[in-house]
Amino acid sequence: MTSFILKRLIEIIPVFFGITLITFVVIHLAPGGPVEAQTELNIKVGAEARENLKKLYGLDRPLHVQYIDWLKRFMKLDFGESFVDQRKVIDKIKERLPITLAINIISMVIIFLFAIPIGVISAWKRHSLFDRITTVFVFAGFSIPHFWLALLLMMLFGVELGWFPISGIQSIETADMNFFERLLDIARHLVLPVCVATVGGLAGLSRYARSSMLEVLRQDYIRTARAKGLPEKTVIFRHGLRNALLPVITILGLSIPGLIGGSVIFETIFAIPGMGQLYYSSAMARDYPTVMGMLVIIAFLTLLGNLLADIAYAIVDPRIRLGGKR
Amino acid sequence: MGFLRKNPVALIAFLIIIFLFMISLLAPVIALYSPTEIDVDNVLSPPSLKHPFGTDELGRDVLSRMIYGARISLSVGFIAVSIAILIGTLIGSIAGYYGGRIDSILMRFVDIMLTFPTIFLILAIMVIVEQNIWTIMVVIGLTGWMDVARLVRAEFLSLKEREFVQAARALGMSNSRIIFRHILPNALAPVFVAAVFGIAGAILTESALSFLGFGIRPPEPSWGNILSSGKDNIEVAWWLSVFPGLAIFITTLSYNLLGEALRDSLDPRLREHR
Repeated sequence: MTSFILKRLIEIIPVFFGITLITFVVIHLAPGGPVEAQTELNIKVGAEARENLKKLYGLDRPLHVQYIDWLKRFMKLDFGESFVDQRKVIDKIKERLPITLAINIISMVIIFLFAIPIGVISAWKRHSLFDRITTVFVFAGFSIPHFWLALLLMMLFGVELGWFPISGIQSIETADMNFFERLLDIARHLVLPVCVATVGGLAGLSRYARSSMLEVLRQDYIRTARAKGLPEKTVIFRHGLRNALLPVITILGLSIPGLIGGSVIFETIFAIPGMGQLYYSSAMARDYPTVMGMLVIIAFLTLLGNLLADIAYAIVDPRIRLGGKR
Repeated sequence: MGFLRKNPVALIAFLIIIFLFMISLLAPVIALYSPTEIDVDNVLSPPSLKHPFGTDELGRDVLSRMIYGARISLSVGFIAVSIAILIGTLIGSIAGYYGGRIDSILMRFVDIMLTFPTIFLILAIMVIVEQNIWTIMVVIGLTGWMDVARLVRAEFLSLKEREFVQAARALGMSNSRIIFRHILPNALAPVFVAAVFGIAGAILTESALSFLGFGIRPPEPSWGNILSSGKDNIEVAWWLSVFPGLAIFITTLSYNLLGEALRDSLDPRLREHR
């Protein structure tokens, strides 16, 4: 197991450099050099900030030296200072990260809890009414613009019915609330954003679980299990489900970028002070150092998520972790 | 196109797409009002006979704006996906055909691109470049080719060992001739399917960008930026949010249903799988 993790870590190194290289290329994409292009659109940027940015990229030196320099600072998590409020980019990211992570983890748990039973049952009872209805919902989930869904939910449950608040993560008057009231308050604020965040993943994963289960149900060992006279439930849930779940874990890892990407949409709409909203407002304000710092950090979080999914996969499937030795 | 006859849902989806293309071609004829004409006496008026989908915060007719907005969504979807297909096919066929070191470098590059959440990468680029319909198409295309590359590579891996390729090699044909004249035509079926699904994705991305204020800029209408004013007026003008969103939804749903039907018809084996 240790050697498997070690092997994956070594494989990550080139990807790591690739991510920083692409970000670096994006930074230098601007015609007329990064600092001019990045600052001319932003009237808030003073001469001092301009100098700091030049120092960050070391613009007077050759490109590869600039890259290595930037990489060294990056290792120390030094992404420079924000144009907007002159605070360190890494500090801004640190205060926003927990909220986004929390919402994404909640969404993932919900996606997992619902998508797999839905997928398995519709594969088991293929062409049943349940299967047909979920297929309709899957296509709707793929096709619906998430920001539109957010607007509809806001109108219905926020404006019309007044059941849930439509912006922020807590009410203004939290001072005289006890711990549980506060928790409930936050939960009420999160209902609509989490709904929006889960729709795409729910559709995708349940569809994937369905096709994975259909594939498994055609295997010989399922026929054997049935021929032995095992009860149908045992065949489905003991023999079928376990094998069908394996590829689903990989898909969960692959869906991380989409989930995090979605946070730009729902955090902006519901005014949730997380990474997505920070990224949006920084992009709007042409706050270069923040945008680029976040771009790298988020790609790394995705990479980490993929690694964790791979490890989870190896834990449940011995063929993977022992595969190299055979 | 025979598959449309056997699949009524796909036929309806196909007709809807044709209908949308006709609307956007005939926009100046169909639209009752100018999409940009401001009417201060008719600000935020609800749907009526005069304005079937109501008016926006500047008194512009929402239906007319949506008719013109269809042009944006349809053309962005089509061109962005064409760019993505072109890049993906090129990278995928080179990686699959040559294999070895070239393959592992190109596929690592695909992995790297996939670790960036697409919308983050797009926003980072949109901050630098000028925001207009052309840059949106190019940027969506440049960030959306990876799945196609993987698909084409997989096709090439299985096709390049087949007899007809060996025959072509034995005849002394050049690599590029084998790739583009012999293997690629046989690898295109899954690319078509991916393209149809890709158009739905590109339309969603464009509308999200315009909604966030990084895409098509008002006064030029797009479904996404009408929704943006829908959000600003969410408590008073439901029609600004409902109709343009429904238009996006129906369009992407049609493309997705068409893609599904196309996939089934090109590969009957898949129908059994799913």
